[in-house]
Amino acid sequence: MNDRVLKLVTGNRLRDGAVVYFAGVGTWTRRIDDARLVEDADGAALLAEAQAGPPPHPAVGPVLIEAVRESDRILPVTLRERIRAFGPTVTYRSH
Amino acid sequence: MYRYDEFDRKFLEERLVQYRDQVRRRLAGQLSEDEFRSLRLMNGLYLQLHAYMLRISIPYGTLSSAKLRGLAAVARRWDKGYGHFTTRQNIQFNWIRLEDTPDILAHLAAVELHGIQTSGNSFRNITTDPFAGVADDEIEDPRPYCEIVRQWSALHPEFSFLPRKFKIAINAAGEDRAAIKIHDLGLRLRRDESGEVGFAVMVGGGLGRTPILAQTVREFVPRRELLAYITACLRVYNQYGRRDNLFKSRIKILVQALGIEKYREEVEAEYAAMGAERAALALPDETVAAMQAQFAPPAYRDAVNDDAELARATAAEPEFARWIEYNTRAHKRPGYAIVVISLKPPGRPTGDCSAGQMETIADLADALSFGEVRVTHDQNLVLPHVRKSALYDLWLRLGAADLATPNIGLASDIIACPGLDYCSLATARSIPIAQALSQHLAKREETIGPLQIKISGCINACGHHHVGHIGILGLEKNGAESYQITVGGSDNAQAALGGIVGPAVAAHEVTGTVDRLIDTYLRLRQDGEQFPDTYRRVGLAPFKEALYVAR
Repeated sequence: MNDRVLKLVTGNRLRDGAVVYFAGVGTWTRRIDDARLVEDADGAALLAEAQAGPPPHPAVGPVLIEAVRESDRILPVTLRERIRAFGPTVTYRSH
Repeated sequence: MYRYDEFDRKFLEERLVQYRDQVRRRLAGQLSEDEFRSLRLMNGLYLQLHAYMLRISIPYGTLSSAKLRGLAAVARRWDKGYGHFTTRQNIQFNWIRLEDTPDILAHLAAVELHGIQTSGNSFRNITTDPFAGVADDEIEDPRPYCEIVRQWSALHPEFSFLPRKFKIAINAAGEDRAAIKIHDLGLRLRRDESGEVGFAVMVGGGLGRTPILAQTVREFVPRRELLAYITACLRVYNQYGRRDNLFKSRIKILVQALGIEKYREEVEAEYAAMGAERAALALPDETVAAMQAQFAPPAYRDAVNDDAELARATAAEPEFARWIEYNTRAHKRPGYAIVVISLKPPGRPTGDCSAGQMETIADLADALSFGEVRVTHDQNLVLPHVRKSALYDLWLRLGAADLATPNIGLASDIIACPGLDYCSLATARSIPIAQALSQHLAKREETIGPLQIKISGCINACGHHHVGHIGILGLEKNGAESYQITVGGSDNAQAALGGIVGPAVAAHEVTGTVDRLIDTYLRLRQDGEQFPDTYRRVGLAPFKEALYVAR
């Protein structure tokens, strides 16, 4: 398994706050598996690329986070980012 | 309850027009996030982990059925079908879209609700006893004073740039169900020796990373002088409170730094110097009476043999008897009861309420509680005026909506903040801890008796863990969740901050640790003692020892 720690950019979509990931070429995706993943050294450049573009920027507060590639999936390193990627860990009974 | 007048309606209308345009400009890229952030916060709109979060103010926890239906509509139409009641008697919606917020706020304005001053360095919601106006240990109804102080605090021009948020609570009963000692400003309604009504003024309470209990500035301020005196208190804070350091900006830090004697000196000097302004801020009896008229009791009916009927029903059904024992409270009016609606079925996120449940509660309020509902700071709801003869019917109908868990005040009636599952400030999850604990403890909670467990997912202490009988603080250690546990806290008139019992534990160890602490209490308690009584008698040591031995 490749457990090198890599970097990707995440933010919240402007219009609805949904968690989004920078997929490169000015696009943002809801699916973390489609995020553009780079080596640690290339993180700053990726962030700059993600932040570029005329307003309205589609994502609020883009930041670099750590992630690993696990076969065909991308997994964030921190619990917080896993919760952002995969949703609250709480189960609900609706009524 | 207080009804909006023309000024209130016009103000909200204008605010809505402004806000709608601000959102339009934000979405069009004409406002940056930095420019927009404080504008959206002025209307209670946060950006959390997964979405925007909207916090709606429920002034002193009082709702009408119409307002509750308005909140249900927001949950249903613009959220994921539920809302979350908070430890400041407000409601939060977790899954809000920015683009929907102008419509949401317009919808809420129609039922006299808004998100103004639920965020930012302003006065926040003024909270009080959820049994206000109906509790049998009440001196007077605090709600008229809550409304008077709310109006004084709303967009106060002098205090529109306080060093930090400012939280006020008012209590008017023998028991303190408003937790005034953990507020920036706590007001305790009381009478002096001559029977005159006034307030003990307490300042400088708060939780968070530096928990401190409020101290008394003045034992008795006559009612007439209330607004002038608290103006003096705020003026000293506004002048000397720190704006250079976010972590030292609350009034509790100022009072601690100056010492209560010096702070009091400054307040009294300011108050003495206020001169003509005191007259301008005076609350004559007519003003108070006019406000009290807005909170006049409903048209109660005379009780007719309700107690005998109730006794028959409780004898016949143990489940109903259990609900009566734990979820109802004595009402000042004969023949009536206060009903607490539990939003804590074991396994459910604490304080969450679905749109359907809100609508059911609104209907029940109309049918059985004169259209009134209250929110508690323990994340439950209250029907404040229920005829005893209607209790059985109410219990059946609440039960059908999963709202009749007989656990108020017991171990599964847990306070928990949203935590890392939702909140961008959080360092650990709190809801799964609460769910596991409540399911585990529900089996023996009647044996345990009253027990307040409070869980916060970060140092900001929104779950009030410092004042839980058992408090749990979720931190992060080496990338993993780590829970620090305290015992001996209390948020009532005998308020106290809990003591740490040992090293922080992993998530899967929390239930076992809490079990050992409860077992220690059960082993040591003497007749009639509740957890805080035993703790005060035996101290922290036996609890620490119980965990040390177990390790």
